[in-house]
Parts: sequence; structure tokens; C-alpha cells
Amino acid sequence: MESPKPVPKFWGLHADPQGGFQRLLNILPFLILLGIYLTASHIRLSENPQDKLLPSPVQMWDALQLMAFTPDKRTGEYLMFTDTSSSLLRLGAGVGAAAVSGLLLGLFTGLFRGLNALISPFLTFIAIIPPLSILPILFIVFGVDEFAKIMLIFIGTFPVITRDIFTATRAFPQELITKGLTLGASDLQLAFRILLPQLLPRLFENIRLTLGGAWLFLIAAEAIASTSGLGYRIFLVRRYLAMDIIIPYVLWITCLGFSLDWLLKTLVARRFKWYQR
Amino acid sequence: MVSAVNQELFQKNLLHLQDVYKSYGSKVILDNIDLSVAKGELCTVVGPSGCGKSTLLRIIVGQERASQGIVTIDQKPVSTPDRNRGIVFQKYSLFPHLSVLENVLLGKKLTMTSAEWRAQRDVCTQEAMEFLGKVRLQEHAHKYPFELSGGMQQRVSIVQTLIMKPRIVLMDEPFGALDPSTREDLQVFLLELWEEFQMTVFFVTHDLEEAAYLGTRLIVLSQHYRDERSFEGSGTNRGAKIIGDYPLERSAASTTIKGQASFQDFIAHIRREGFDPASAKHVSEFNLKHKDSFQTLTEAELKKGSRIPTP
Repeated sequence: MESPKPVPKFWGLHADPQGGFQRLLNILPFLILLGIYLTASHIRLSENPQDKLLPSPVQMWDALQLMAFTPDKRTGEYLMFTDTSSSLLRLGAGVGAAAVSGLLLGLFTGLFRGLNALISPFLTFIAIIPPLSILPILFIVFGVDEFAKIMLIFIGTFPVITRDIFTATRAFPQELITKGLTLGASDLQLAFRILLPQLLPRLFENIRLTLGGAWLFLIAAEAIASTSGLGYRIFLVRRYLAMDIIIPYVLWITCLGFSLDWLLKTLVARRFKWYQR
Repeated sequence: MVSAVNQELFQKNLLHLQDVYKSYGSKVILDNIDLSVAKGELCTVVGPSGCGKSTLLRIIVGQERASQGIVTIDQKPVSTPDRNRGIVFQKYSLFPHLSVLENVLLGKKLTMTSAEWRAQRDVCTQEAMEFLGKVRLQEHAHKYPFELSGGMQQRVSIVQTLIMKPRIVLMDEPFGALDPSTREDLQVFLLELWEEFQMTVFFVTHDLEEAAYLGTRLIVLSQHYRDERSFEGSGTNRGAKIIGDYPLERSAASTTIKGQASFQDFIAHIRREGFDPASAKHVSEFNLKHKDSFQTLTEAELKKGSRIPTP
């Protein structure tokens, strides 16, 4: 009897890399990118030590020391720290406001069709306007201070969250709502004590998903009109071609994004064990 | 099409339906339903799939409105769902974000002010644990629904409804998704609870054995009947009527009764009557044998050669 065909290791439908081999595959693109960068950087710097385009790891580390661990000559602050806190505060305020409003509005328009008829078409209209095109309007109306930037993040993320919570509310089985009513719930009790707690983990998942867009609006707003923040900094030093600052900052932003995503994922898994998609 | 309310039954009984029609667009689902259920009955409802049993139940609980007719509980017309009518569905029985104990206590929490709740919290918790004890789920009080089997979830759902002492408990094929032995266990539980708390139950099922075993009154809802109205097509456009209404002996709680010949004969009779289009009876000849059964037939149904009544 002939033996069955060997299971493919990498190509094709039936391949399923495991363990060490899987991890190797996972990091391979990173290693390749790192290799290409280091090689290219080395080549450029050996031709021209003043080159700014592809800084060496040492140069980037020096820049990082400067930004993160050396007080600024003018203000005495650690610039990277103040940039990070400014950006995160704006992000938190914008996304936080969008989450709370989105949850409430999505829940109420999902439950009460009268309200939905009033609000839904208008909200859809707002959602279609590209948020960045409203940015000049926001700056004109609210000035170039914090509020306009937070408002942009809010406008960029609020419609998506509302729409998803609305869909989730509509998806509740009628049986659950009827059961709640037969146990004595009023309309508001149904909304706040029965449905809203069930929507919370979904809300956190929505926040995770919209954070990518939120970072975009944050950086764009900071690039255009700000005096602090991660986006502000990288666009500021762009004029000096300071890639040795920009690349660490971008990596740091990526790291922050990754951490926030992980925090939210862990929050949902630990605190809402019953939530199984 | 409304006849005078049957005052005797209306005043006497807990649940009273008269001349109830339900249609969706031009399709009539329920046709001239007359039903009066006394307090303390365990009323089971059977009928072919899609005949409208669940629709009838949803109208009683208030999730839907009848197109015509009166539906009253304690002589008051029903509107949207409230705590007088408890319900147990086949699925989505429990709130997934609450533990078993929290699920059972939910009704109490919702209907008490925060001051009342603070004062009576321990008493209520004890009561809830007692109820859970009756369905043998006390040690699972702090588990969440996703950790329970289907049968356990349905037991909690029944207790969750019962603790609020509604006037009537409606059940929509509550054991339909369970395996036969679990189903039998839950049937026994239900009977024990029904006896202890003197519940009034309206139980919809497609399982004839279950209906005949549990019920003190068995109702057959079916669209297989004849009357004098002419229908377009082959007569499958009929709305369902109550074509059978039987009082049952509530003597034995043991499930061995299911094996007896008389039991099996009765079930065979119901199956022929309600489920077999060939043995369609005339409206004037329905087996309405229960003392509370009544009919208010329209002229159209009785007079030869009349047209379809518009819903």
C-alpha cells in the first residue's frame, strides 16, 4: 500500500505551520525589512556621514535620548513625554466622548423608532462627509486650540460607533425584550439595566476598531495647528529632515497603538467573560 | 364581526379571548378564536407547524396585537407586555450578562425602588435560592448562562418567571430544544411547581405526548376544518381555529402514563383530528368538550354559499 501524500509545510490550502516554524514565518518579514534598512543605511552613511535620510541605530538612539531623557532647553520639559501626554489626552477625550455619545444614541435610536426616524438620516449624512474636510471649518469656528482637535477626532469616530451600536441594539432578540418587560422593566430600565450592559463589550471592541482612524485624525490635526503632540513633533522636525527623530516617534506611536489595542482586548476578555461572539 | 361578550365566562375566568382574528396583510393566521381559561388550569395548545400557536401566545403576552377581537386578563384588556403575564421562550431565555442568581432576582430589582431593595435584599436572595433549590440548581447560583446546559437554562428561566408571581405563565415550546430525557425531567419539574404554586399556565408545544401528559386542558389549533365560506385555492388559506378542546384528568404525575393504551389512543385521535387534512370537520362539529369552551360563529361561517369575510 502506498503512503498518503505528505502534508505541505507552507504552500497551499492544507498547510498549517506550527510552533517554532510558525514563529519563524511570523518574524521573517520584520527581519528582512530590518536587514534591508540596516544595509541601505550603512551604505549611505559610509558615502556621506552627514546623510539624514536613513539614520543608523546609534543616531536614532541619540535622538531618542535627546527627546525623551533630556529636559528641553527652553521649557524644561521632557519633550517626548509632554508630546505623548498631549496626544493621548486629546485622543482619550475625543474617543471617550464619541464612545459615550455613540453608545447612548445608538441604543436609543435602536430601541425607539420614533427617535430613529428623526435622527438616522441626518446622522448618515454627517457620516459621509470626510472628517478631514471639515477640519478648516472646525478651526475657524473653534479656533486652533484643543477643542477643535478633539472635535475632529469625535466627528471622525462617533458616526461609526453609533451605527454599530444601533445595529447591535436592533439585533437583540425580541424574546429578551419581551422577557424584560414581563419581569416589570419600564422602557428606560430596559434600555439602561438590561440592554446597555450587554452592549458594553461591543462598545469596547468598536473603540478598538476606530482607534486606527482616531490616530489619523489626531496626527492630521496636530500637524496642521498645534504646539505640542506627537503629530506636531514629527511634522515640525520634518523641516530639518530629522529622520532620526521621526522614525523613533513613529515606532513609539505604533507601540502606543498596539498597547491600547491590547489593553482593550484584555479588558473585554477579563471583565466580560460571557461575551462570546 | 363582533358578537356580544360571553359575560359568564368573561367574568369568571382569568384569560378571555373572543372573536380574535390575526392577519398579516391578506393572510389570515387566526380565525375567530374564542377561548376562556380559568385560574389554575394547565392549558396546553397543540397544532400543525405554522398554524399560529406562537402567534396566539404572542398576542396574549402583548408582543403583537390582534387584528380584531378582545383579549383580556382579569377582565382588563391586554396591551404591551407587563408583569401580569410571565413568559418562558424556547431560546434566549436568560440574560447572558447576569449570573443565575442575578437573573432570578432581576424582576425584583426592577420593580423595587433602591430603598426597598436595600432593605429586602437578603430576604429576596434567600427566596431566590429556595426557588433555585426547587429546580436543583442552588450550587450553580453564581454561574453564568453560558456555563449551563440548555435544560439548566430553561429551569432557571422558569424560576425567574415564577418568582414574580404573574397571573398567568405563558410558555412557548420551552422544552423543544432539549433531548427527550431532559424534556421529561423538566415536565415533571413543571408539574411539581404548578401544583405547589397553583399556577395558571398556557403552554404551546408541538409534542402531542407532552401536551397530553402535562395539561389539565388540551386545545387543538388547526387550519384543517370545513365551513360554509368559500375560499380561493384549495382551502389552505384558512386561518386556524380551535377545533378541539379537551379536559384532561390530572390524576397521575408519573410519566409511566405515557405508555398506557388509553393515552396513546387519545394522542392518535388528536393527531388525526388536528394534523390530517383529510379528516377536516365542519365548524359546527368541533370536539369542544371542555366546560369553558365556547364558539361565536359568524353567519358567514354557517350560511351556505357565503363569501370570505374581510379581515
